[in-house]
Amino acid sequence: MRPQRTLSPATLWALGLWLALFFAPLVAGRFAVYLLGVILVTGLLAMSLNLLVGHGGAYQFHHAAFYGVGAYTAALCITKTGLPAWAGLAAGPLAAALAGLLIGSLCIRLNKLYFGMIQISLGSLLWILALRWYSLTNGDDGIHGIPLPEAIAGPGGAFACILAAVGLCLLAMHRILASPFGTTLRAIRDNPQRCAAVGIDVRRHQLAAIVIATFFAGVAGSLFVVLEGSVFPDMLFWVYSLEIFIMCLLGGWFTFFGPMLGAAIIVLLRTLVGGMTEYWTLVLGVVLIGLIFFLPEGIMGIGHRLRLYRRRAAGAPSPRENGHAAG
Amino acid sequence: METALSLSSALSQLLVGLSRAMILFIVASGLSFILGVLRVPNVAHGSLYMIGAFAAHTIATTLGGHPAGFWLAMLGAPLIVGGISLAAERLLFRHLYEREHLMLLLFTFGLALILGDLTKMVWGADYRSIVPPPFLQGSLDVLGTALPRYNLFLLLVGPAVAVALWLVSTKTRFGRIARAAAVDREMVGALGIHVSWVFAWAFVLGCVLAGLGGALVSPTISVTLGMDHTIIIEAFLIVTIGGLGNIWGALVGSLLFGVTQSLGVLLLPQFAIVFPYLAVVVILTLKPTGLLRSVW
Repeated sequence: MRPQRTLSPATLWALGLWLALFFAPLVAGRFAVYLLGVILVTGLLAMSLNLLVGHGGAYQFHHAAFYGVGAYTAALCITKTGLPAWAGLAAGPLAAALAGLLIGSLCIRLNKLYFGMIQISLGSLLWILALRWYSLTNGDDGIHGIPLPEAIAGPGGAFACILAAVGLCLLAMHRILASPFGTTLRAIRDNPQRCAAVGIDVRRHQLAAIVIATFFAGVAGSLFVVLEGSVFPDMLFWVYSLEIFIMCLLGGWFTFFGPMLGAAIIVLLRTLVGGMTEYWTLVLGVVLIGLIFFLPEGIMGIGHRLRLYRRRAAGAPSPRENGHAAG
Repeated sequence: METALSLSSALSQLLVGLSRAMILFIVASGLSFILGVLRVPNVAHGSLYMIGAFAAHTIATTLGGHPAGFWLAMLGAPLIVGGISLAAERLLFRHLYEREHLMLLLFTFGLALILGDLTKMVWGADYRSIVPPPFLQGSLDVLGTALPRYNLFLLLVGPAVAVALWLVSTKTRFGRIARAAAVDREMVGALGIHVSWVFAWAFVLGCVLAGLGGALVSPTISVTLGMDHTIIIEAFLIVTIGGLGNIWGALVGSLLFGVTQSLGVLLLPQFAIVFPYLAVVVILTLKPTGLLRSVW
């Protein structure tokens, strides 16, 4: 009983946009292309978090830790070992998924709040290592000037690589969320007890979701290295984890592309406001509290709600409100 | 002679660790209290601690180094922090109690972002420090080791706060109601108790402790921006290993954290900060719900 796979208009639009973006470096300036790259990488990270929080209902409080693990693994493999750079970039996501498996299997034994608190604790341990292990990570300064393969060393090549990788990741995430596994995940989010009662191994599904999400966070980490050619400890800082939450909230939980939209807005806003005032975090805080009060479902959440409303007004049976699937 | 020296350095290092643990405990117990009653990890807790330290500095320097200035600072800074938290709670936070926990957490994060930048606006990025009153300056000679008086003073304040908080939460009407509201707020409301105000005062009490911690720490470290980010992670860790909402757990966690770090300095100075984190990992691996039971 698999749902029929037809391409929805939204998917077609996304596909078209994705293909069109490949031509961005031809028309846009260097800085605009760079910003697009930042948005894509950050958006991928936010979407991987939403996979767990929006669809999985897990309190993944320290997602940035896995982003950092991915980025640092890639950076260290390239700079400290003789491995080819591509292997280093591929090692990033794998290391992040491994960290996700280890930390996840510790967290998964506990319910929501404890899960989040332990994750913040363990993630902060990784941050401390990145910050203090000078001989390996260069501490506060981070690692700069990471040599990349020639094909992706320039801004154009880096952008194409990021766009291609993010596209593939989004496709994979979309398939995962539309699969029976994704449906089970949302069922667990909505009612874990009932899922356990009908024989679903709740923890194993959640752990699998963590590994998948941290893998994508690791991809984002590797892509960060491609984009910036550097890594620094702040990537693993808990404040950044919560910033990713803001992106998901802004774009809309429970929607597929919401976090990408949220990331785009936050990145652009930061560039804009950061150029005008040193009090960017104040602005971010006000935006966040405004969102919580006035737009808790995010920007794409409104569209979803409108669609539901229209469908209901037309007399069609409405799907369950929070059971909204990907796409 | 050499062993005596290392013994004395170990002793003074231990005292540093213990007094650091007392500060951590005062902050973490406030976090734990809020977590117990409201079920929200208050991310703004670190910012309130920082504001407490800055406010203490302002009060103490306004009085021009008079010894009374120190005590007024210890009293006034927590009150200022309490006022800020009461305003935030009544104006904004209370409208969110019906929402998901994630929203409450994100709200406190938004508050932390705003308070952090407001602190920067008001006090700037300078390093500051305040001077304790004369009888807390200098050091006492114990077993041939010079122990700073102020650190010994902190060793008295920490347990006093622990006992006071324990008395408030178990022996007073407010404490009982707060604990009941944590378990079943609807039932408590049905009994005619204004749950919203119970939550407000619980939040304020926890935040006042953050302010007190900030005020007390200000003579021992340089007060500066960014001190909010480190303390909040340490307080989170302590609360997690101690058992959420358990005051004594917060005490045990703080001692463990402070002492492993200060003794770690003797072993591997550069990685001293890693030791408490490692201790946390070991404890959570063995006992994921923390050392002591959550009492709520």
